[in-house]
Amino acid sequence: MTTIRSILGRREAGIFVMIVLFAIAVGIAKPQFLTLNSLRIVLLLVPLILIGAMGQMLVILARHVDLSIGSVLGFSAMVTGMMFRYHPEIWWPLGFLLSVGIGAGLGLLNGVLVTVFRLPAIIVTLGTLNLYRGLTYIVSDARQIDRQYVPSALKAMSQTSPIFGIPWIIFISFAVVFATWWFLMHTRLGRQIYALGSNPVAAPLRGIDVTGVTLLVFTISGALSGLAGILYASRWGFVNPSNTGAGFEFQVIAAVVIGGVSINGGVGTVLGTFFGVILLGCVAAALPLLGIAGTTQNAIYGAVIIVALLIDRTVRRQGVKSLARARA
Amino acid sequence: MPDAVPLIAARGISKQFAAIEVLRDVDLDLFPGEIHALLGENGAGKSTFAKILAGVHRPSRGTLALAGEPIELASPHAAQRRGITLIHQEPISFPDLSVAENLVLGRGDGSLLGRVPWAEMTREARRLMDLLGVRIDVTLPMRGLSIADQQMVEIARALASDSRLIIMDEPTAPLTPKEVETLFTIARRLRDEGRTIIFISHRLEEVRALCDRVTIFRDGARIETAPIEALSDADIIRLMIGRPLKEYMHKEKATIGAVALAVENLSLPGYFSDISFEVRAGEIVGLGGLVGAGRTDVARAIFGIAPAESGRVLVEGRPVTIAEPSDAIALGLAFVPEDRAVAGIFRSLSVEQNISAAVPAKIAPGGVIRRSVERALAMDAVKRLRIRLASLRQPIGELSGGNQQKAILARWLLTDPKVLILDEPTRGIDIGVKAEFYDMIGELAASGRAILLISSELPELLALCDRILVMAEGRLTADIPRAEASQEVVMSAAVPRVREAAAA
Repeated sequence: MTTIRSILGRREAGIFVMIVLFAIAVGIAKPQFLTLNSLRIVLLLVPLILIGAMGQMLVILARHVDLSIGSVLGFSAMVTGMMFRYHPEIWWPLGFLLSVGIGAGLGLLNGVLVTVFRLPAIIVTLGTLNLYRGLTYIVSDARQIDRQYVPSALKAMSQTSPIFGIPWIIFISFAVVFATWWFLMHTRLGRQIYALGSNPVAAPLRGIDVTGVTLLVFTISGALSGLAGILYASRWGFVNPSNTGAGFEFQVIAAVVIGGVSINGGVGTVLGTFFGVILLGCVAAALPLLGIAGTTQNAIYGAVIIVALLIDRTVRRQGVKSLARARA
Repeated sequence: MPDAVPLIAARGISKQFAAIEVLRDVDLDLFPGEIHALLGENGAGKSTFAKILAGVHRPSRGTLALAGEPIELASPHAAQRRGITLIHQEPISFPDLSVAENLVLGRGDGSLLGRVPWAEMTREARRLMDLLGVRIDVTLPMRGLSIADQQMVEIARALASDSRLIIMDEPTAPLTPKEVETLFTIARRLRDEGRTIIFISHRLEEVRALCDRVTIFRDGARIETAPIEALSDADIIRLMIGRPLKEYMHKEKATIGAVALAVENLSLPGYFSDISFEVRAGEIVGLGGLVGAGRTDVARAIFGIAPAESGRVLVEGRPVTIAEPSDAIALGLAFVPEDRAVAGIFRSLSVEQNISAAVPAKIAPGGVIRRSVERALAMDAVKRLRIRLASLRQPIGELSGGNQQKAILARWLLTDPKVLILDEPTRGIDIGVKAEFYDMIGELAASGRAILLISSELPELLALCDRILVMAEGRLTADIPRAEASQEVVMSAAVPRVREAAAA
């Protein structure tokens, strides 16, 4: 009993169990859910969220939050799309550089407002969420980048595969997950992010450059949103000034929080966040199968977050109690 | 020892916060291989001095030399890198990181993107723990550790950076006797290795057991440095408190009436236990003791902010249940808290709104605020308490500390309380306003109110109170009538070592 509890006490295990239970429940109603094809569907749904979640996770670990990522994604994708429209002769992989660079710049601006001007991140990024979206309309003249302008090689990244029939875009997102894991677990800078979020008062006393680390997490979050921006163009073949990236922040923050990253900073793992994204992906993939209308999807997402948090809290309380008993 | 080169030579160290000089021209030499106690009342400057050595504060004047070489310490991190570690009473750590990580974080070797050597780090952490002879799983997060274990981790951190000076600021306060013994064993071993330890404590018994020399601070100045054997407990207490009584504080004669407030066997585990006393109408009862003795916790319990777990409170002889402050107010109790900035004022609201906040029913019959009534009440209070302000509409945060404090007192007087609990009412206010405050407290008692006055200033208690209760470590240790009260008697009850000797 104690061992079961201590395993369940680990957040990653808890959320993995939730994924399995959810898959079984849907599978009972619709057996076709438990096939390789649905795994493919889930995996194709999640790359953008996965990339955004890695950046957001760094920000939340440092005890901040980045609400602007949907608009960063939209703006980066729009400017990159316009480059493709006006300069079709340009070597298309440069689009990655542009999109990631723009995203990093917008993220850095968030970071500067938070550190230099000492404004709360939730307000700053709420502001830039609207600011960057507005700029997207202005630069694009409110016009969509249509399919014919997006380079076909870029679109192909979401279909063609280097190996096992798994598209490039999924590999890219997994590479980002791996790199984030490595960065957080194995570099001194990564550990400093945990330390900062765990105790912002003590961090400077131990020689941590608080401003530098904070700028870094916002810049990475922006850069990864920029990466998600160009991959959006790849995945869907267009960029729309109002739709592209809209609601992205909600899905990403939901996944991160479901994955066990504490909104109070300092706690959370890449594996947990990864599972959080997969759980959201499973829900998204199951809804159409269950014949649930797209209009109710948002309500269901919202409910999933709350239920996941409730289950987690209950399980963890038990874990803490058994830990306390073991120590006593 | 004096023939050796001092590890630390402090010369003329002074420190000002705002306009207040909290440390004045302190000269002190600390030698390798000694455990040196810093003693003094709260606010005497010993902690400020220790924090200057540890790079937390920078001195306003004066110089420091480390092993003969002049140094400037820009931050605690800089001090740590020079081999000076401050161990806080409540260790400052990263609760979500493992013990091993807490140990090495901030050592600053290697590049930021360099690889964290997990295996090596864990090995090193285990080695340090073995060195200290404590059994702590270094892979666990810091969060789950007891305070004693967290302190051990801090000490291990000092060893890991090969600190030559380890400063322990009241390390024993949260520890059990057994944990204290472990700490002392380790401290002695570190001394014998040639390190210097500064030990700050209120417990004379511990200072005697552990320390080689002692330095006594009073009012921001170093008063005495001597080998511990050279001073008796009485000497130490006299040196700590020896400031002249101020004559103008004078208690007015009041008729002492029936018991207004009584508490019986009040206990809140972890804060205070078995507290019983009574306060009569017209009586001023002091509650003395060192900071952290549990005085404020008792007041907060009586007022229903953090109620006691067991025991009774009686108001005018009737047992009452006070589960929250509104119950206390309804029974005629008032509480002026210690930290007015946090618990007392509504900073951005006007003076009149602050004053009238305690009596919503008076100013807003039927729920709508009648400004004219509010204004009249506030105006009356301002005149009566001689609050100096530009306008009643002024945000209270713009007033001086003393006038803010008066406004809060005015607020509570509007409720016409039978019992008034004042927690450090004169802290941080200047001497002129203090005198006015003493007059006011006297007048309030003369008008038949019962007053419980918590204060760390002995002269204040001695001058104002009819009786002085003293707490030490969560227990009531003395109930001293005015005639028998002196600084020595109160301090003896407040300092645990002396209390035990007296009981023996």
